[in-house]
Amino acid sequence: MPDALRLALAIAGKDIRAELRSRTALLSAVVFAALVLVVFNFARDPTAISATDLAPSVLWVTFALAAMVALNRAFTIEREHGALDGLLLAPVPRGALFGGKLLANLAFVGTVEAVTLPLFVLFFNVDLTAALPGIIGVTALATIGFVSVGTIFSAMAVRTRFAELMLPVLLLPFMVPPLIGAVQVTSRLLAGRPLSEMLGWLRLLALYDIVFVTLCTMAFSAVVDE
Amino acid sequence: MPSRDGEPLLAARGLRRSFGRLRVLHDIDLSLAPGEVLAVAGPNGAGKSTLLRILAGLMRPTAGEVRVLGQPLTGDAARVRRAIGLLSHQSLLYDDLTLAENLAFVARLYGLARPAEAARAALDAAGLAGRADESPRRLSRGLLQRAAIARALLHGPRVLLLDEPFTALDAVSADRLRAMLEARRAEALGLVVVTHHLAEVWDVATRVAVMVEGRWVCDEPRAGPLERFLPRYREWIGA
Repeated sequence: MPDALRLALAIAGKDIRAELRSRTALLSAVVFAALVLVVFNFARDPTAISATDLAPSVLWVTFALAAMVALNRAFTIEREHGALDGLLLAPVPRGALFGGKLLANLAFVGTVEAVTLPLFVLFFNVDLTAALPGIIGVTALATIGFVSVGTIFSAMAVRTRFAELMLPVLLLPFMVPPLIGAVQVTSRLLAGRPLSEMLGWLRLLALYDIVFVTLCTMAFSAVVDE
Repeated sequence: MPSRDGEPLLAARGLRRSFGRLRVLHDIDLSLAPGEVLAVAGPNGAGKSTLLRILAGLMRPTAGEVRVLGQPLTGDAARVRRAIGLLSHQSLLYDDLTLAENLAFVARLYGLARPAEAARAALDAAGLAGRADESPRRLSRGLLQRAAIARALLHGPRVLLLDEPFTALDAVSADRLRAMLEARRAEALGLVVVTHHLAEVWDVATRVAVMVEGRWVCDEPRAGPLERFLPRYREWIGA
């Protein structure tokens, strides 16, 4: 196994183990997602707009807000006892460090999304049977992009006094392109439209992933090194 | 990584560091040979901890260069970092992992062959074998300091940077730490020990440096008893 991958897996494994023990971010994010769905469910007027038309936006706003809660923890855990210094001191290439944090964040946000999706079906009574593989695919594609940006902004925000406030302020503008793409693809999937109608948006999501995973990996050193 | 013949383990040339318009280090030169223990003393705010962070590669100097085993210590110098061990003000441990898990994680980062065994051995050497499965949050300040020392030594660094290593240690633990420092010196490691209390490291040190307002005011071989050095030290720090 290449050294960088081994190190990235070690860092991701450490984050996952710590989170499984405390369950702080995971539980908070899942509860938060459920609350957002409840609010949307009671706020909508089913006679004015159908659940199918509203559902894609609600789903992605819920995913985005819950991801924000989960991402806040990414580097907060490194703040206690100066643990980030321990990581930076180790012979770990900064790219591998970013990769490890990204993998752990993808696991957290992916878990939150996996728990949120059935709740969404329950609240909005949307039939996902046919669209499920596509929904999983577009969720993965969009999540990689905004979690990648969220990981680097989380590292940036943790050094500020108001880290929990800074992350949404920094991240939300960068979440707009993948969220628009994901909503567009999801609404077409729920409407049973052919793949050809979604290709443009899927290309946008893939491009966003490639550009931002590469940029964030390269820029990580400048963010974490004092 | 072996050091080249005649090459110091750690060398710094013309180190400067500013935070905005405030300059906290002024043209610091430093060289550390194998088997040397440099005690760095000075008043609060003298720049000692900043110097240590720069020597550890955790902070970039505004000007100047640090070389470890002859190699420049730049931002992504992963291989050179293997040679450095740091004990900072904080333990660098995770509260949500046990001590054994914390040290095994560090062992993995440094590519040690059997991380779990290495972690247990390090905790055993620190007298923390019985606490291996406890979280750092359950430890007293003194025990946490011992765990942090075990963490710093785990990967067998050639250069040890210690910031106030005797903080919170009881007399027995302090003696044990002094014996460990002696042993590391005998193994030809280079040690930089930052302290407010020279008495704690005087017998172990081979050189003494005093930093005041970001400048060396003294860097000389340790000679004679501490009592003979103290009047000069008090004069330098304005005590």
